[in-house]
Amino acid sequence: MSTVEPNARNEARTGHRGGVETRDERHPGKRTVLSGFLFGCGIAASMIDLFIFHLGLQWHHFYDLSTHEVALLTDGIFHAFGWFITVWGLFLLADIRRRGGVNWKRWAGAVALGIGSFQLLDGVLNHKILGIHQIRYGVDLLLYDTVWIGSAIVLMVTGWVVLRMTRSAHDAR
Amino acid sequence: MHAHDSAHATGLDGWLVFEVFVAALLIATAVGYAWSLWAGRHRSAWPVHRTVFFYAGLACAAASLVGPLGQAAHESFTAHMMGHLLLGMIAPLLLVLSAPVSVLLRALPVGRARAVSRMLRSPYVRVITHPVVAALLNAGGLWVLYTTPLFHWMHGSVWVHALVHTHIFLAGYVFTASMVGVDSDPHRASFKLRAGVLIAFIAAHSILAKWLYAHQPMGVETADAQFGAQLMYYGGDAVDVLLIVLLFTGWYRATRPRSASSDRARATSS
Repeated sequence: MSTVEPNARNEARTGHRGGVETRDERHPGKRTVLSGFLFGCGIAASMIDLFIFHLGLQWHHFYDLSTHEVALLTDGIFHAFGWFITVWGLFLLADIRRRGGVNWKRWAGAVALGIGSFQLLDGVLNHKILGIHQIRYGVDLLLYDTVWIGSAIVLMVTGWVVLRMTRSAHDAR
Repeated sequence: MHAHDSAHATGLDGWLVFEVFVAALLIATAVGYAWSLWAGRHRSAWPVHRTVFFYAGLACAAASLVGPLGQAAHESFTAHMMGHLLLGMIAPLLLVLSAPVSVLLRALPVGRARAVSRMLRSPYVRVITHPVVAALLNAGGLWVLYTTPLFHWMHGSVWVHALVHTHIFLAGYVFTASMVGVDSDPHRASFKLRAGVLIAFIAAHSILAKWLYAHQPMGVETADAQFGAQLMYYGGDAVDVLLIVLLFTGWYRATRPRSASSDRARATSS
């Protein structure tokens, strides 16, 4: 045990020296938005794709073997960031909670904005420009692309409206 | 029994010796941890979960190298990949969380404990435990194994087999320790560096898995290779998410809000 402590102390000291705490406590509103946005992007990238499109609907394939090397690289980086920012968003949320509570409505708005933003990026960059994979195979894609990108924009607008609504409440607090 | 026996008449003996050697090494390690706990019994209580992690980690390493899974890995790529997940990711994570260096330092008399910590502070250890170097050794080793004929040679020679598996385990351990180690690390890298390296490692691991899905190694059937590649992808993901959570747990503890009184206590204690 005694050998474990110095390290923990070291890390704590680094955190302290960086002045993380004071900065964090001054902007709970901004950090709530960051947490929600990261979590939203993260679940759109890692969980929604995996659980709904791969395992649920089985529209996506593990790898459709048509991909260029650059696209494979981009896909791997997206994948790694997806899980990382999901966990990051949740730990930020836990940190905001222990420092005096979360404005859940504002957080939910940021999550919607995050999911929508990632879906838009995925729909335009990955599906259309890089061509990493398509939404579904063997069908006319126009309808699917329209629904995909349209729902992304709806989610983004919804999230943005919720953030605007909760902004005044946050300022008044 | 072994797919490669026909080409190597004397091969079987070598493989048997390898298995016996691995089993002996694992048993010696298991006894060593127990001895260390016993020798350090007069010190503060040792958390039970660390002991559980240690023996679970050894069991994972054993399962991948000896016994039925180790045998099957000679013929089936899927079994080989299961073995690699156990040996290169799951066993290292469990062993890192069991804090073996701390256990050893508790057990040794002061003089020898100092010698061990001096060794751990040596430039060599410092270089290989740097996150960037550790990640390159770990992911780079996998890329070399699966994109060169090394994978094929590994099944033909017990020496190459032993070397590859030693590397996979050690690289896995050093990488995991550099990311989320609980043993004292005098040169622990910053959170940002570790986070960046972990993201790059996860990307490299998943890209390699997809690459393997499309380019099966020499002598492996397509269906087997594709199933193994998916096992590598999703199994690797599960462990990688655990690593991310552990990394952030360290951050969460280190940045906890402190009251003025606990800050004073910290100042007097250090």
